[in-house]
Amino acid sequence: MNKIVEGKAFVFGNNIDTDQIYPGRYLALTDPEAVAKHAMEGADPDFVSQVKPGDIIVASKNFGCGSSREHAAITLKSAGVGAILAESFARIFYRNAINLGLPLLVIPEICAKVKTGDRLSVDIQTGMVRNETSGIEISGEQISEYMFHILENDGIKNLIKEQYEK
Amino acid sequence: MHALEKILAKAAKKESVRAGEIVNCQVDMAGINDLYLQTIRSFYEMDGEKVYAPDKTIVFLDHYAPASSVLQADNQKQFREFCRNQNIDKLMDVNQGVCHQIMADKGFSKPGQLIVITDSHTTTHGAFGAFGTGVGATDLAIILRTGSLWFRVPEVIRINLEGQLRPGVFAKDVILSIIGKLGADYAVYKGVEFTGSLLKQFSISERMALCNMTTEMGAKTCYIQPDEVTFAFLEGNGIMDYQIFETDLDYQYTAELTFDVTDLCAQIAAPHSVDNVFPLSDYEGEAVDQAFLGTCTGGRVEDLAVAAHILKGRKISPLTRFLVVPASARVLLEAMEKGYIQTLVEAGATLVTPGCAACLGTHEGMIAEGEVCITASNRNFPGRMGHSKAEIFLASPASVAAAALNGYITDPARYLVEKEDQR
Repeated sequence: MNKIVEGKAFVFGNNIDTDQIYPGRYLALTDPEAVAKHAMEGADPDFVSQVKPGDIIVASKNFGCGSSREHAAITLKSAGVGAILAESFARIFYRNAINLGLPLLVIPEICAKVKTGDRLSVDIQTGMVRNETSGIEISGEQISEYMFHILENDGIKNLIKEQYEK
Repeated sequence: MHALEKILAKAAKKESVRAGEIVNCQVDMAGINDLYLQTIRSFYEMDGEKVYAPDKTIVFLDHYAPASSVLQADNQKQFREFCRNQNIDKLMDVNQGVCHQIMADKGFSKPGQLIVITDSHTTTHGAFGAFGTGVGATDLAIILRTGSLWFRVPEVIRINLEGQLRPGVFAKDVILSIIGKLGADYAVYKGVEFTGSLLKQFSISERMALCNMTTEMGAKTCYIQPDEVTFAFLEGNGIMDYQIFETDLDYQYTAELTFDVTDLCAQIAAPHSVDNVFPLSDYEGEAVDQAFLGTCTGGRVEDLAVAAHILKGRKISPLTRFLVVPASARVLLEAMEKGYIQTLVEAGATLVTPGCAACLGTHEGMIAEGEVCITASNRNFPGRMGHSKAEIFLASPASVAAAALNGYITDPARYLVEKEDQR
């Protein structure tokens, strides 16, 4: 994982649920590349054609609510999303993303300070966001040490493997 | 400590735990459903060879039951092979029903247990005094690999339910009303406990509907202190081996709320979020293309009973399709024995075999662009049951049946004037 993530912002609203992030009709797909093709399809069908590696999803409250489908985190990571910044996250999505090594930061009022298309630079460890387009700095909640440890190891699978190698 | 904390403390082999702490817990029952083939992949990606506790692992082929595409069939095939190779004998194949109902029917859900399933509605098991919580594929794979998983000990919100329900008003209306007032993210990361004089009167079926829906306010888990209703249910299922935990008198809830239902009328969650709740009468007369009765929220015997009561000797509107999906094989058998299935099919229902069916928009009753569906299930997100420009209304099983009868949204109270009619 890169400790500094830089990319273009895509801004979404409240309660973006996992059916919008990854519609149920594609759940039988399991290959990450195939899963990536439907990222955010229920919220913005053009997202997939526009997102570039490192780009950043910005959302209001309760991002990732609904189903526990890990596809929602897999599709965003595989589509190249570098980080997700939201005012709050639904808990299962939060766990799924951290487990996969996809950084998430809780940042109060982020949606008021970022517009779609703004260039952002995010320090995952400190929770500091710089909006390069507007020049303002936004400070978010610092991620817990344990979550950061999982991210640093590119996901929890590597940590579990290590545990058994010792 | 709260009873939920005591369950986690026992599972973590600790004297005590406190809210906010991260603890590693041994899981009593780990369930995987057929949407989560990634669980098996993650297990092998972590160099897993043998599942840590095959006897505490259960596989449900419910979301695609039975498979409606080659891809779904292949996913299920891989699960069956995994069960065979790993000596997992609790394979609940496509003839069994929805995971949460099977857990109840077969006595896998018991007080004091830590139950983790790859399904967000695992909060349902609070109805039995268990700590039930949903996770994704990789978290479940960690349990398969190690037998345990980390949890953040949640703060607990207490919701006290008081008053008497009017005819035509059910547990589903109560929880929709609460979610409408509190919002879809009110309980994120937290536990929700239900108490109160109304709660005491609720059956296991109604309690399961309440606990199930707390997921839609973001809850991590839900809890109802086991009482006579719980004990009678467990005894009826031959379940004797369980441990009851009780909340200490000095436990500090993070919030305590009371809802008096005396004046509550039937409720409806309008498109496209579960907290977009109104009195059902606000939408009375809105035409409905499909009425859907089923799922882990509203597909139990009591739900089919109230629908059969409303539709007995009547025919559904020719402008509406009425899908009936019993939550499990056991529910289907009991509903057949009691004549409910006969009544519903005679009224014009389309009977679907037990499973999740159209609830999550993969098969068996998906809805087209511009169509309106009223459903006894738990989510009305855009595209949830089919086309993203379809409209989904959430309501009680009685409200679903009344809408099927008339072809438009209808307050079911007029068909349920006498209180005992609801039973």
